[in-house]
Amino acid sequence: MSLLQVKNLVVEFPSRKGTLRALDDVSFDIAPGEILGVVGESGAGKSLTGAAIIGLLEPPGRVGSGEILLEGQRIDNLPYAQMRAIRGRKIGAIFQDPLTSLNPLYSVGRQLIETITTHLPLNASQARARAIELLKDTGIPAAEQRIDHYPHQFSGGMRQRVVIALALAAEPKLIVADEPTTALDVSIQAQIITLLKTICKERGAAVMLITHDMGVIAETCDRVAVMYAGRVAEIGPVHDVINRPSHPYTAGLMACIPDMSQDRENLHQIDGAMPRLNAIPRGCAFNPRCTKTMDKCGQQRPNLVKAGNTQAACWLHETGGAA
Amino acid sequence: MSNATQPLVRATDLAKTFDVSAPWLNRVIERKPKMLLKAVNGVSFDIERGKTLALVGESGCGKSTVARLLVGLYEPTRGGFQFDGQDAHAAFKTAEGRKLRRRVQMVFQDPYASLNPRWTVGDIIAEPLREHEILSDTGAIDQRVGELLQSVGLSAQDRLKFPHQFSGGQRQRISIARALATQPEFLVCDEPTSALDVSVQAQVLNIMKDLQRKHGLTYLFISHNLAVVRHVSDQVGVMYLGGLVELADKHTLFDTPRHPYTRMLLEAIPKMHDTGKARTAVAGEVPNPLNPPTGCAFHPRCPHANARCSSEKPEMKNYTGVRVACHAVEEGRI
Repeated sequence: MSLLQVKNLVVEFPSRKGTLRALDDVSFDIAPGEILGVVGESGAGKSLTGAAIIGLLEPPGRVGSGEILLEGQRIDNLPYAQMRAIRGRKIGAIFQDPLTSLNPLYSVGRQLIETITTHLPLNASQARARAIELLKDTGIPAAEQRIDHYPHQFSGGMRQRVVIALALAAEPKLIVADEPTTALDVSIQAQIITLLKTICKERGAAVMLITHDMGVIAETCDRVAVMYAGRVAEIGPVHDVINRPSHPYTAGLMACIPDMSQDRENLHQIDGAMPRLNAIPRGCAFNPRCTKTMDKCGQQRPNLVKAGNTQAACWLHETGGAA
Repeated sequence: MSNATQPLVRATDLAKTFDVSAPWLNRVIERKPKMLLKAVNGVSFDIERGKTLALVGESGCGKSTVARLLVGLYEPTRGGFQFDGQDAHAAFKTAEGRKLRRRVQMVFQDPYASLNPRWTVGDIIAEPLREHEILSDTGAIDQRVGELLQSVGLSAQDRLKFPHQFSGGQRQRISIARALATQPEFLVCDEPTSALDVSVQAQVLNIMKDLQRKHGLTYLFISHNLAVVRHVSDQVGVMYLGGLVELADKHTLFDTPRHPYTRMLLEAIPKMHDTGKARTAVAGEVPNPLNPPTGCAFHPRCPHANARCSSEKPEMKNYTGVRVACHAVEEGRI
């Protein structure tokens, strides 16, 4: 059974000029221990999907319709207190900026121990021992001394390790990592990604890795979902999506990325920009920028259908015909 | 003055030290010494006319400081830079300097912070034209602004709009149009695409390359993204903790990196098409520039370091087609 199921999720923002749909009919699932990448450009709805899953949508944002199920149990309509017990215990979260996810007034040990004692039946000294162990597991040298240090005494990469330790504190089944390495330098990024991957494999935790960096997705994930304008454009095994993309948007996105292995005079470019929420085109949201657009694309919205080894929301694949 | 064979830009032993000491009273009471941060410490390079030099490195390695030194936003502590044969920093102080500033322009990283939100795009782009007294007639200015907007793929009518009406990529194009207003020869671009999405980044990079071909522009391109650097540059300089460690032409650097730090940076890039392959993560972090390691700044993280590396600072030395500052390369150990 899937660990997490997201079914036809709609997230709306009511405004004076009408309701804006920021996520429109998003469906996917994550198996236990699986790493699912969610990729897309700014404003595609990746972070919002993560926020909806951990129940941290900022008002006036709300789940309009659809369901989110964790281990078969609905979590999108839970009261605040119940959701709070799940958050941290069953779902851990890692955010982009490690400095803002840690409280600067408390030592990292105090923050870790607080999380551990909230969710696990341990006393203070057991919790402290566990906190030290977590810091060691995340590769922090001299954990016994470092536990009493404050966040500002850690470097960016070390802080992100502390945040990972916090997310893992109560042995959650699922970790939602929203751009965990975007604020870090490449050499540190490699360390953090390797750590995240091995530590989650060891503990059997599934990860939903939200990022705009295709390179990070390529080396880390089992499957990847490509989002565009609040919808899933393509989802499938990472190798197939990168090397044989079925959706024209995925193909364009891949070609935009400067490649280390070949020289090109000009990069491929997708003209135009992602539509604003109040002006999402009719039919397929990508059709005004698409090079393979047909009459149908501007009228009817395509559903996710099987296209090779992946699933794509594109009329090119709807009839099972030529790509 | 101008000479076809001599490089347009020549930086010689450029250095910038910032005083980051505590206030005087604290220093006296707490007996703290003065603290000096060597942001850039002896960087030399040439850029030929019409070419692009890219500087790469991790945060805090001094690449943006080099950019700001070259446009005259900072005064160098030591060394200097020659633009088209004349000492630029001496010239910036004189009346002649205004003519020089016209020829050197800059594009900043954050397109949201570098455009005045209260000005129309037309006013923003016309500012350098007015400031440098290139055009004074309103009609002529409007026409020139229209041309500039079209050259970066926007419409002439956009000059009536305000920055908030544009997306990040469009704003960065406005920044480029503003930088081009004075018809500069040398453009310093400090992470011009770091704040942009990949599809928009591709649009901006393509425009920059087209403009270079059309106007024969010379670029200093600062970036931390090696794939972008590989795409835009002719020459690449790798910086670590305020100094250049390797300088070579693009193909040499990417095909046969010599310095261990360059190799580490190249290793650290996630490979798109080998899915699932783990990177060899490098241990350690960039040291604190206030208290840099002795000898070679990279030695605490370097797999090839020996006793000499921790005591003696390596100099940039010429090898065939490459300049590298590394004892191990010099001794033929790697």
